[in-house]
Amino acid sequence: MRFVDEFRDAEMAQALSAEILNLCEPGRRYKFMEVCGGHTHTIYKHGLEDYLPETVTLVHGPGCPVCVIPMGRVDDAIAIATKPDVIMTTFGDMMRVPGGRGSFFDAKAAGADIRMVYSPLDSLKIAQQNPDKHVVFMAIGFETTAPSSAMTVLRAKALDLENFSIFCNHVTIIPAIKAILDSPDLRLDGFIGPGHVSTVIGCRPYEFISRQYTKPLVTAGFEPLDILQSIKMILDQIVEGRCEVENQYTRVVPWDGNPKALEVISEVMELRPYFEWRGLGFISHSALRVRDSYASFDAERIFQLPGVRVADPKACQCGEVLKGVLKPWECKVFGTACTPETPIGTCMVSSEGACAAYYNFGRFTRDRVKEASRA
Amino acid sequence: MSPDRPRVDFSLIETESQGPVDVAEERSADWAEEALREHDEFEQYEPATEHLTREQQVLQRIDRARARKARLKEERITLAHGAGGKATHTLIEALFLEQFRNPLLEPLADQAVFGVNGSRLALTTDSYVVSPLFFPGGDIGDLAVNGTVNDLAMSGARPLYLSAGFILEEGFMVEDLQRIVESMRRAAEAADVLIVTGDTKVVGRGKGDGCYINTSGVGVIERDVTLSASACKPGDVVIVSGPIGEHGITVMLARGELDIECDVESDTAPLHSLVAALLDKCGGEVGAPAPTGGRGSCGVRCLRDATRGGVATILNELAVASQVAFVVDEAAVPVRDDVMGASELLGIDPLYVACEGRMVVIVDGAQADAALAALHGHSLGAGAAVIGRVKDDPPGLVLLKTTFGGTRIVDMLVGDPLPRIC
Repeated sequence: MRFVDEFRDAEMAQALSAEILNLCEPGRRYKFMEVCGGHTHTIYKHGLEDYLPETVTLVHGPGCPVCVIPMGRVDDAIAIATKPDVIMTTFGDMMRVPGGRGSFFDAKAAGADIRMVYSPLDSLKIAQQNPDKHVVFMAIGFETTAPSSAMTVLRAKALDLENFSIFCNHVTIIPAIKAILDSPDLRLDGFIGPGHVSTVIGCRPYEFISRQYTKPLVTAGFEPLDILQSIKMILDQIVEGRCEVENQYTRVVPWDGNPKALEVISEVMELRPYFEWRGLGFISHSALRVRDSYASFDAERIFQLPGVRVADPKACQCGEVLKGVLKPWECKVFGTACTPETPIGTCMVSSEGACAAYYNFGRFTRDRVKEASRA
Repeated sequence: MSPDRPRVDFSLIETESQGPVDVAEERSADWAEEALREHDEFEQYEPATEHLTREQQVLQRIDRARARKARLKEERITLAHGAGGKATHTLIEALFLEQFRNPLLEPLADQAVFGVNGSRLALTTDSYVVSPLFFPGGDIGDLAVNGTVNDLAMSGARPLYLSAGFILEEGFMVEDLQRIVESMRRAAEAADVLIVTGDTKVVGRGKGDGCYINTSGVGVIERDVTLSASACKPGDVVIVSGPIGEHGITVMLARGELDIECDVESDTAPLHSLVAALLDKCGGEVGAPAPTGGRGSCGVRCLRDATRGGVATILNELAVASQVAFVVDEAAVPVRDDVMGASELLGIDPLYVACEGRMVVIVDGAQADAALAALHGHSLGAGAAVIGRVKDDPPGLVLLKTTFGGTRIVDMLVGDPLPRIC
C-alpha cells in the first residue's frame, strides 16, 4: 500500500542494518533511548531489533501519555464521571488505566456515562446533543494532543457552550527528558527524539541535550525505516565527533515547530507549577492547566475533586522502566502479577507502554525464534 | 485570541523533581496490593531455573502464570468480557465451564459434536447484538444465519436446522424487523437450512438496542473427519480462505463515529459449501471408507471461522490447544488496501479484526496444494492464501515474520481493539 510499504521495505532495512553495523566501533556498546512510546510500539511491532547488532541496545523512554498518568488523577477523573448528569469522554487508551479504585471501564460498568471518542471535537458534538448534561473531555497527552484540546475549548467558547469542559492532564516532554538526563543510574549515548511532539514544538527545545549534556538527538518518524535511519544518523554523529540535534522526520517536523498550534495552546493553557508523573514523582513546570480566562471550561474548577494522591505499589517499578533504568522484563511483577489484562503499572496498559509492547510483541527468546522461523 | 498572551515555554529546563507537594491525603491502591500478595504466594513455588538466563527465567515464570487456572477477579461485567479476547476466555473458563463442566463442553469448541443413534451431530448457538443493525454488505439478519451455519460447518457438518430467538425493544420499527427477517430467509435459503423453531420477547424502551437475535443450529457430520483445535502438528500449514478484516472494519466505520469513508463491505457469507469443497479434495469426502485405526485420511486438522478476535486469536487458541508454534508470514496475509488503510489510521492490527465469511484452515503440509486448489475453485475461497506454518517450538506461541523483516509474537487480544491516540 502506498505511503506504508515504502517505509517498511525489508531490502532497505538490510542496507541500513549493514551501515549501522559498519559504524559501530568493535567492542563498544551503545545505548540509545527512544523517548516516545510510539517509537517503542513501532520497534516491537515490526521486530526492528532483529536488524540491530547485539552491541546496540534500545532503551524505552517516558513518552507514553497514558503511562505517566498517576493513579490519583484517574480517581479524580472517575470522581467527575460519576457525578450526576455528567458524560465523561475519553480516548480509548485511557479506558483500562487503573486508578486507586479501578479504571474507567470499571466505572462505566458500575453506571457512569463514559464514552470513547476519537477526537475532542466529538466530545463537543456530544455536548451539543445533550444540553441537559455536562460533558467533560479527559485531555491527556504531550504537546502533540494539547493543541486539539485547546482548539476544542476555543470552539466551545465560540459556540457559547456552557455544558462542556476539559479535565486537563497535558504534560510536556522536556522536563521528562531532563529528569532522565539527571538520573544517576543511566548512561545513554544518544536519543531518538519524539516525532509527533516535535511537529508542535519543533527541534529547538532539545538543543540543551546536545549543548549541556553532550548527547546527540535525532528526531525520528514512526515507520520502522525512520527509526533505523535515525539510529544510523546518531552513529554518524558519534563517528564524526559531532553532537547535535538533527531532524530525520523532515517530511512532517518543521525545525521551529507549528507556530499556530503553539499560539492556540498559549491562548488557553499555561504551565502548572508542579505535576505528578506516574513513577517519576512531582516535576515542576511539567504540565499544562487551563488559564483563568477560560475557567468556565476547566473541569478542575467546575467540580470538587478528591485530589487524593495514590502511592504507587512498592513492588511496581514503573518509574525505573519509564526512565529506562530497567528493561520491562526486569521489573519484579512483570508478566505475572502485572499483565495487559490485569495491569498494575501504566506501562502495561497502553499499547505504547514499554511493558505492554514487550509483553505483546517481544515475549520470546531470540534463539528459539530464530530456529522456529527458519524456512 | 489575545495577541499579547505570553507563550508557553516548552523548552523550559529549569525544572526540578521532588516529592509530593500540596497533597492533603495519600492512600494506597488496595486492589494492587492484593494482586501483589497473591503474586508473592505464587512465586514461592518456583522450580530451580538457575541454569537459564534471567530473561528466560522471567519468560518461564510468565508461562506458568498464564497456565494458572483462570479466575474471575472483576466485580462487574465489563465490555472486555464480550470482546472475545482474554477476558472472555477467563469468564468462560472460570464461570461457565466450572459450573457446566462435561466432556462435550470441555474442548470449548464453537460447536459440540456427539453421536445419536449412529449419526454424528453438531450443535451450536450464537447471539447477535451488532450495532448498527444494517451495514454495507449485510445486516444482523444474514449475520445471524451465516454465523451459526459457519459454526456448524467448521466441524465438517452439513447444517440442517436453525432456531431463531428475537429480543425486540419497544418502539422498534416493524419495517426494520421486516427487512431483517427477509434477509434471514434469503440467507437460510442460500445456506440450504430451515429455520424450524423460534421465540419472541419484547423489552421496554431503553432496555435493548432495537433488536437482538439468537440462533441455534444443528447439523450432521457425514464425513469421516474429526476436526479439532488440538490436532495441529508440526509440518502443517495455515491457510486463510480470503482477505481478512472486512467485516470488522465495515461495522466500525458504519457506526459513523470515525468520519472515515471507505468502500469496504462486510464479508458475511455461509461457508458450508466451501468447507465441503475443501474436505472433498482432502480425503474427507462423504462415504470415503473409514481406514482402520484412528482418524481418517483427511489432512485437514482444524477449521475455524475467524470472527471476534480475528485470525490472531484463533491461532493463539490453536497453538495452546495443540502445544505447537505457529509462524505466520505477515507479507502473505491477504488484506485489502482499504482495510489496511483504515487499520493503520485507527492503530489496529487487521489480524485481530473480525471476519464473518472467512475461515482459517490448518492442513497437513502434504495436502496444502490440494487444499488451496479446492478453495480457489470456489467463489468464497478465490482469495485463499497460505499464511504460515506449524512448528514444534516454542509451544503455545504465535510468531509473526513482519513485512519489514523482523520477528515478533502475536498474542491474544486484550479487551477491545482500542485505537491509539498518537
